[in-house]
Amino acid sequence: MAFTRKDLLGIRELSVEEINTILDTAESFKEVSARAIKKVPALRGKTVINLFFEASTRTRTSFEIAAKRLSADAVNISASTSSVSKGESLIDMAQNLQAMAPDAIVIRHPSPGVPHQLSKMVSASIINGGDGAHEHPTQALLDAFTIRQHKRRISGLQVAIVGDIMHSRVARSNAHLLTKLGAHVRIGGPRTLIPVGYDKLIENSEGSLTVCDHIDEAIAGSDVVMMLRIQRERMTDAFFPSLKEYSVQYGLTLRRLGLAAGDCIVMHPGPVNRGIEISSEVVDSARSLILDQVTNGVAVRMAILFLLIGTEGQ
Amino acid sequence: MKLLIQGGRIIDPSQRIDKISDLLIEDGRIKSIADSVPGSEGILPASDVEVFDARGLIVAPGFIDLHVHLREPGEEYKETIASGAAAAVAGGFTSICAMPNTKPVNDSASVTRFIIDKAREAGLARVYPVGAITRESKGEELAEMAEMKDAGAVAVSDDGRPVMDSQVMRHAMEYARDHGLIVIDHCQDLRLAAGGVVNEGRYSTLLGLKGMSGAAEESHVARDIMLAELTGARVHIAHISTAGSVEMVRLAKRQGLGVTCEVTPHHLALTDAAVVGFDTNTKMSPPLRSEEDRAALIEAARDGTIDAIATDHAPHHSDEKMFEYDRAPFGVVGLETALGVALTVLHHSGAVPLARIVEMLTTGPALAFSLPGGTLAEGSPADVTVFDPEGEWTVDVQRFKSKSRNTPFAGWRLRGSVAATFARGRDVFRA
Repeated sequence: MAFTRKDLLGIRELSVEEINTILDTAESFKEVSARAIKKVPALRGKTVINLFFEASTRTRTSFEIAAKRLSADAVNISASTSSVSKGESLIDMAQNLQAMAPDAIVIRHPSPGVPHQLSKMVSASIINGGDGAHEHPTQALLDAFTIRQHKRRISGLQVAIVGDIMHSRVARSNAHLLTKLGAHVRIGGPRTLIPVGYDKLIENSEGSLTVCDHIDEAIAGSDVVMMLRIQRERMTDAFFPSLKEYSVQYGLTLRRLGLAAGDCIVMHPGPVNRGIEISSEVVDSARSLILDQVTNGVAVRMAILFLLIGTEGQ
Repeated sequence: MKLLIQGGRIIDPSQRIDKISDLLIEDGRIKSIADSVPGSEGILPASDVEVFDARGLIVAPGFIDLHVHLREPGEEYKETIASGAAAAVAGGFTSICAMPNTKPVNDSASVTRFIIDKAREAGLARVYPVGAITRESKGEELAEMAEMKDAGAVAVSDDGRPVMDSQVMRHAMEYARDHGLIVIDHCQDLRLAAGGVVNEGRYSTLLGLKGMSGAAEESHVARDIMLAELTGARVHIAHISTAGSVEMVRLAKRQGLGVTCEVTPHHLALTDAAVVGFDTNTKMSPPLRSEEDRAALIEAARDGTIDAIATDHAPHHSDEKMFEYDRAPFGVVGLETALGVALTVLHHSGAVPLARIVEMLTTGPALAFSLPGGTLAEGSPADVTVFDPEGEWTVDVQRFKSKSRNTPFAGWRLRGSVAATFARGRDVFRA
């Protein structure tokens, strides 16, 4: 099917067909990265701006490589919200960007909704590269791509998402995406880090979303365990007593992984805090797909750029 | 100077009047109400009488808004006392209470006098200053309430900066009681609200925005009711927004405590579902709540738990409302849409009788703050609002008299429009 959206703002708005179109397109781009000359001319003459208001190595680099492998010109802008003076509003930023006539703007911003606000102000395609604790659609798509690659399906899978659910845009986007595709998602983590009404997040989904009282309950029998990063800077807010206690109570060890299905795969959006939310043994085990996720990220982002701004994609 | 408002349906909750009548105004005061049943001539128009044809319209006491931010002194680019007063009368309000969170804060008699002088220059609506509870609204030392009262303040409030220290609040209530001042509280435990920008619930979770729980409001409502009982003070809960809060006020009233409350049109009309899309004109404090809360507010409006509809008119410049959602300032304007929203949501839906809505705009707020007005009794000042309960209009922000445009109702089709506003018998607004 054709992909007719101007922007990719979140997973919530996407239909199952649109999600499958992106994943199928990514399959065809995966092969490009395996070639000796890793480049196709699909987006020659197109300009992609990576506008990052938060530190990011993985996502920004992944988008940059994706754009370059499609022969687009990629420009990286690292901005800091603290340097934006109070008088400078989104509209000024939007107008300045618009004046440079980019075809796509990948934006990461600490405030939820900024990609949505920006999309109403500029004609370029906006790709949400992560907005606060709201959504991170490209991460969820690459996660789904990775799961599909290893499990050959998503429908009917048991997926545990564990850790700092509250501050995680990855968890929200994955909850939407995986349940749309029919997975049964179980949420685990300290109650202080699970926002109210999380189980009511999804609507009209094939799958289900359950908040578990204990993380062992979330992990038991899972086909996929997705661990989330603990953000050390949040320690001051008294969400849990100490990193030591967190790692014992909520960390993924080989022993705890034993509760999951025998062929369970382990994922993490990175960066990993080894020994806190996930032990080194698990990270380095054969079950860990953390680096596959990074590899697949390029193919999925190529697919998204191609579908949004490629002439053939429109 | 005589004015005859002829043939309208007069609703005056203070006298329990609801009938088709003529209203005669003489020298700025209500002279008489006379039946104008078909066949009778009512009060005969004499040659020196100006006649306002009010057939098909409602004639009510001038509306009173207990909660308005006029931004002057200090932020005149958002609103001035004059532009706020013009917006007020365009919305049918002849009296408005000005919150003290200006720059400087209205925490002294000199600022109170400044507001009163500016309002007198503007004419139009009566402006009643509300003084600060504490100096600079810092929540620490009591402001000079008695001096502000002498200068014309009618109540005290640290609106927008809730008094966190319960002992300071206790003293404020005791002292305010001595001086006949009402204590208004913007109920919110700031620690529990935890920097939230929207209601905590499904939508805050969905959108990844920080939520403020209903409990953050309710814990302060509970505290204030207990302190009202302890001190005997008159306490007014500003912009009540949750089912739990109205239930507590309902119980407090049943116990005969001096507790009153107000609700905003936006909390009656909207829920936090409106935040989807990240329009910063859906950002206010307290935040838009759940559908269950909204239903409880409407029921409380119907059963008399809520004393007043107050707008919490909070002008902000469009540049500021263009910020990221979590950085944009809280608040929306409301003076010019209040009647239309209230009638559309409460009256035309059949939820609340028209006379009760008029009461919440007139007699209810007058009694809550012991203000003159809110009545068409013979001899009282002729503050009168005439409105068309069926008048349909589309909210066009460009036509606002307010300097600011930050409303969540832009483009809404409303049913209920102001036809004319009279203050002290003077014609201050005509549609």
